[in-house]
Amino acid sequence: MRLLRRPLFITQIVNTRPPRKDKRTMDNFQDLTIKSAAELLAHKKISAKELALMSLKRIKQIDDKLHAFLYVAEDESMVAADKADSAIADGENFSLTGIPYAVKDNILVKGMQATAGSKILENYKATYDATVIKKLNEEQPVLMGKTNPDEFGMGSSTENSAYGPSFNPYDITRVPGGSSGGSAVAVASGEALFALGTDTGGSCRHPAAFCGIVGFKPTYGRCSRYGLMALGSSLDQPGILTKTVEDAAMVLQLMAGQDPFDSTTLPKPVPDYSQYFDKSIKGMKIGMPKEYFVAGLDPEVKSSIDHAIKKLQDLGAVVEETSLPHIKYSLAAYYLILPVEISANLSRYDGIRYGLSVAGNNLEEVYFNTRSQGFGAEAKRRIMIGTYASSAGYYDAYYKKAKQVQTLIREEFKSAFSKYDLLLSPTTPGTAFKIGEKVNDPLAMYLEDIFTVALNIAGVPGMSMPVGLSKAGLPIGMQLIASHFAEEKLFQAGHALEQALNIKLKPKL
Amino acid sequence: MSISIDEVNRIAKLARLSFNDDEKQKLQQELSAILDYVDQLKQVENKVQTESMPDADALNLVRDDVVEVTTEPEEFLLQAPSRQNNFIKVKSVLD
Repeated sequence: MRLLRRPLFITQIVNTRPPRKDKRTMDNFQDLTIKSAAELLAHKKISAKELALMSLKRIKQIDDKLHAFLYVAEDESMVAADKADSAIADGENFSLTGIPYAVKDNILVKGMQATAGSKILENYKATYDATVIKKLNEEQPVLMGKTNPDEFGMGSSTENSAYGPSFNPYDITRVPGGSSGGSAVAVASGEALFALGTDTGGSCRHPAAFCGIVGFKPTYGRCSRYGLMALGSSLDQPGILTKTVEDAAMVLQLMAGQDPFDSTTLPKPVPDYSQYFDKSIKGMKIGMPKEYFVAGLDPEVKSSIDHAIKKLQDLGAVVEETSLPHIKYSLAAYYLILPVEISANLSRYDGIRYGLSVAGNNLEEVYFNTRSQGFGAEAKRRIMIGTYASSAGYYDAYYKKAKQVQTLIREEFKSAFSKYDLLLSPTTPGTAFKIGEKVNDPLAMYLEDIFTVALNIAGVPGMSMPVGLSKAGLPIGMQLIASHFAEEKLFQAGHALEQALNIKLKPKL
Repeated sequence: MSISIDEVNRIAKLARLSFNDDEKQKLQQELSAILDYVDQLKQVENKVQTESMPDADALNLVRDDVVEVTTEPEEFLLQAPSRQNNFIKVKSVLD
């Protein structure tokens, strides 16, 4: 099975010259990317065991301060690293073999906890692997642990996690973004070389922007949602967090593809993404939806993006203003469609088959008690909105209307992509905010997603990449958007821009 | 678009969630604020008659009706709060 996967990335890596200096000390683990670590492994300069030990050392060193991890797979990672080393010794060395990674705690890894950041699944252990985990396992990366999310993926800061927030490695008094905050922190702080998250309204791209890394959301239907705890079934996708654009492509290469267990995945062939790196972007047409560049955008965010646009133009891309008039309704449509789907998807947490079960005098009481005790405030809020908007008498006015607006937004994206290769926008309205600053104002928190939700609504893929640092030393991200199943364009332009910008962001921790 | 406490009670019952009075007050305010925000969708004219349709080639992917066991039932049963042999035990469903 493994041999059917053509390891193109690793072929390219093995064909490069071996790294010049041999001084790969523990301190340099933070500087590694998937690609550079794969180089070291391929040239036998390091073992998977050593990488895993470095990862564990780093986690032990700083995770007390950062709280990226809810579970550190200390024993499991050692076993996995040994297996990876055997595979490498047998010549079965692929691009992700032996690479330490982390997984958001709402994605199922068989036998391991999966709390989704909620009390309602505090003692739950996954009974099967998510498809994306199975697919990654074909190349045997090394799982270092499960990361902290906002509860079930609801939030933009990890402050909605029942286990406490994660902290931004650039400033630990600030949030890392969310909901895949823990995963973003693990990568940004050098605890792991890549991480999986989920992205329903920006949950990979948002924390990537706040933490100065790459956050990638595939097209809806590109990757399987089987084994992801469903939040918004028409919006969810597994997402990727890495330090570089090329790393993200290496992970997507493995994760993408139709899955018989998820009938919303499409039988579209997965391109060889490695062909799109170092491809010129001369003549690429990039549109900037003017609805995203209104007054009120953080001036530092604007200036970093302006700088990135200049670089893109220097590379020969044509960047110009365009208009998608209905995208300004994306957030409103999202915060109607999503809660309706949440209220349906979270009804399974009822104390019957798994998870928390609180006693009651009758069946109804078991439901009420379990759910009221097990869910956090935001989960309850969204369930309530969704229940209201889909209930008799309100369905037409709210949910149905939102679905119609969704169609308009989708059509506008499609029409934009008939003219442009990519669209471009800020990822977040500002830089990382302080812990506690927005958690008591749900609407203010929702507005964090203003640039990211449209992609989930339309189903198109997108990527956030770091484009600068604010004066306060906080990362700034820019979002690139492609049309359905055109992820390769994101990699092509993203990589070119990344090389041109040459920003090496690294937290001081 | 303000929501009444009665509405909050009604929705809570549908959602199988219980709240104390303070929580209900807070929810009433929060939900009203959110609904106010999403109300802007009313500004969008009814240009579209159908709801969002997936791409044409994505409709109705089916597979053969063949049973496959991918996880042993025992593994699922181990997660159940209460079990009896191969059954999950629950409070009586019918009075």
